[in-house]
Formats: sequence, structure tokens, C-alpha cells
Amino acid sequence: MNLVIIKYNAGNIQSVLYALERIGAEAKVTDNVNEIQRADKVIFPGVGEASSAMRYLKERGLDMIIKNLQQPVLGICLGMQLMCRFSEENNVDCLNIFDEDVKYFGKAAGAAKQLKIPQIGWNNIYDLKTPLFNEVPDGSYAYFVHSYYAALGEHTIATTDYILPYSSALHKNNFYGVQFHPEKSAGKGEQILKNFIAI
Amino acid sequence: MLTKRIIPCLDIKDGRTVKGTNFVNLRDAGDPVELGALYAKEGADELVFLDITATVEKRKTLSELANRISHHINIPFTVGGGIGSVQDVSVLLQNGADKISVNTAAYKNPQLVNELAKEFGSQCVVLAIDTKKEEDGEWYVYLNGGRTKTGTKCFEWAKQAVELGAGEILLTSMNHDGTKQGFALDITRILSEQLPVPVIASGGGGTMEHFVTVFEEGKADAALAASIFHFKEISITGLKQYLFSKEVEVRL
Repeated sequence: MNLVIIKYNAGNIQSVLYALERIGAEAKVTDNVNEIQRADKVIFPGVGEASSAMRYLKERGLDMIIKNLQQPVLGICLGMQLMCRFSEENNVDCLNIFDEDVKYFGKAAGAAKQLKIPQIGWNNIYDLKTPLFNEVPDGSYAYFVHSYYAALGEHTIATTDYILPYSSALHKNNFYGVQFHPEKSAGKGEQILKNFIAI
Repeated sequence: MLTKRIIPCLDIKDGRTVKGTNFVNLRDAGDPVELGALYAKEGADELVFLDITATVEKRKTLSELANRISHHINIPFTVGGGIGSVQDVSVLLQNGADKISVNTAAYKNPQLVNELAKEFGSQCVVLAIDTKKEEDGEWYVYLNGGRTKTGTKCFEWAKQAVELGAGEILLTSMNHDGTKQGFALDITRILSEQLPVPVIASGGGGTMEHFVTVFEEGKADAALAASIFHFKEISITGLKQYLFSKEVEVRL
């Protein structure tokens, strides 16, 4: 298994690498185009800001590389958001793998309910679909840190409620994305990483 | 629903836990990684590692510790204690810390909060405040582990820090810390209701009922405690089951 984590200007790359080590999987962190294209599986992590991340990817031609990958790809947090069509975080066009848009919680109707932004902490994931969630019970808790969310759409494979119901995971063809942090979501998160490796 | 969080805090000196524990089943109760992993297994939602080492070797020891923690523990953790620069934070995050907490250095140089938020994002910047209610009925900020009084009111500093980019407040009441008589409900509630970021209440948790009260009346988003967990006066598993039975939203 040749597992690659895409290296770019995002924050949680080491955490993802260490989480994979905890479940006995070796991965290589790289921004080398050939290594990414040759990998069996690709993880696209991320904690950071959408427009600067997109700019960084474009400058290195990584945007087109990621978009055209044929092997299973897992986007995490910002990685998932960048795989959507557009992000309201500094209004940036993203990779358009999923045609869902990424919006700001603060603009959602009902944001006045005194819920805080960002959402920080453990929340339920439900209506789970695809083998990514094998052996993960509906309603399991996952760890989230985010101010922007992907709306519900045809590619939604997990739903979470915060201010409103939104996509906590997306899937289209070989592309998967999760809004939460499987690398920090205790045993359930490790199961999801194992499931991705087994896809 | 987003849950309330239970956060054990481990004091670290020279890479070892400071306060004694009575965990008989641990091979090495002084090893923060082993103790942290046990708490994670028992259902802790996050961990805080507070370094009180005063030596020059501190930075290296702390980054090595962060690295070991992130290799062994599968829940988020915060590292704090004497952090004073972007470079300090960068090293800790590169070694797998999810958040860092700043206290005295941020008060002395509030722009540090802004720099950290810009460089790494608000989500990883926790502002720790030690506060004490004085005879005039106001809560004041204390520095240097509670040894130095300031004339600044707690709410004002918290508000300013949030505007500068702090993503979370870790609020310790010096009046309550160590008393086991319950958390400071009034100041916790003021910060939690008036600021747009989560508030972690710290200091005074002695019974399981105190945790119910700090969530329901204090409106805290998370509660932190140390010795009651270390000395097994309250188990994390038992506490979370109790909170669940009192209809507090928790992760079981």
C-alpha cells in the first residue's frame, strides 16, 4: 500500500501522519506530483484558510493534479471544503469535485440561537453511507473544528446538525471528504481511516 | 448535538506529571503520555498539558512531549505554559499539538494573540486567564501563575483577546481552585454568554453535581479539572454517565 499525504500550507498534516502510524499504516508526506499520481491512496488534509490554500495549490499546479486523480482520495476538514465548488471563506473558487458550496455558519438562518462559531468539539454524524463508515454506528461522535460548512446535496454521505443540518461527509466516484477530524476522533475516527485504507 | 466537554489537565515538569496520582494500574503514573492515554480511553474529550518547567531546556522537552503524545493519543490536546512567541507555537504544532494556550505573555503583548491567530488560525489559540474576585466584587486578571495582580478586569481582557483572535477561553477562578466547592458560575456565565467563543471553566470542581451546575448555570462549553481525576475521586467514565443521566449532552 502506497499511501500519500499531500503536503501544502495546511496545519494538521503531522497529526494525520501520526494517526496513520497509530493504526499501523505508513504514509509519505509529499508535494511531488509524480509521487501523488503514483500513490494507491491519497489523503488531502487541512486546517487553515481556503483562499490562501487554493492559491498555494494553484501556484504549484496541484489543483489540477488533485482534481484528476483516479485512485481513492480522502479530504479532511479544509481538504474536503477545497474539494467543493466554491467557498464563502474569502469567496474563492475551489476544485469543483463536489458541486456543493461551502458557506459561513454565521450567515445561516438561525445563527442567532447563541451557538458559537467556530463549532469546536464532538458532534454526531448520522445517515452514514458508503463503506467509509463500515462498523461506525449511526450517530457516532466525531471531533469538529470549523466555521464554514458544506451544504447538504446529492453527494452527502454523513449529516451533522449545528445551527442547521449540513454535510459532514461527501462522496463522488473515487473522492471522499470528511468535515470532522478522523485523526482526532478517538476509536471511531481510527475506524474511518482504516475503512478508507481498505477501500 | 455538540456536546459539553470534560478535560483533564496534567501539570508537567521536565517532561513528567507533577501532582501525584493513585493510579495503581499504571506502569508509570509520572508519564504524561501513559496517563493521558488512560484518560482518553476512559472518555476524556480533550487533554490539556500545562508545562511548569522553568529551565532553558524547556522548549525541547515540551516539543518532544507533544510529539510523543500525538503518536499515542487519539483525541485533541492543548499544550500550555510559558509560550511566548510564534516560533514556540510553530514547533509545538509541527509536533502534533492541536492547540496551544497563552496566558501572561499574551497579556503583556496582546499582539501575540493576533499574530498567532493570523499564522495558525483562531481555532488553535486558547487564551488562559487566571482570575480572582476581589472585595469590590469585580473579577481581576492575575499573571505568572496567579502571583501577580493586575488592575484589568477579566471580562475586558477576555473580550479584547477574542477580538484579537483568541478562539477559546480557559478561565480559572483562583477563588475556587483547589477548594472542591464548585466552579465560579457568575464569571463563567458572563464570558460564555457575552463572547462568541467557547469557554472552558476551571477551578473548584469537587463533585459530579458541580459539573452539572457549571454547564447548566455557568453555561460553560467545557469543564477542566486535575486532582479529582488524578486521585480517582471522580472517574471520567462515571462523570460522563452521571451528566448523561442529568440530560447534559455528552459523548459516551
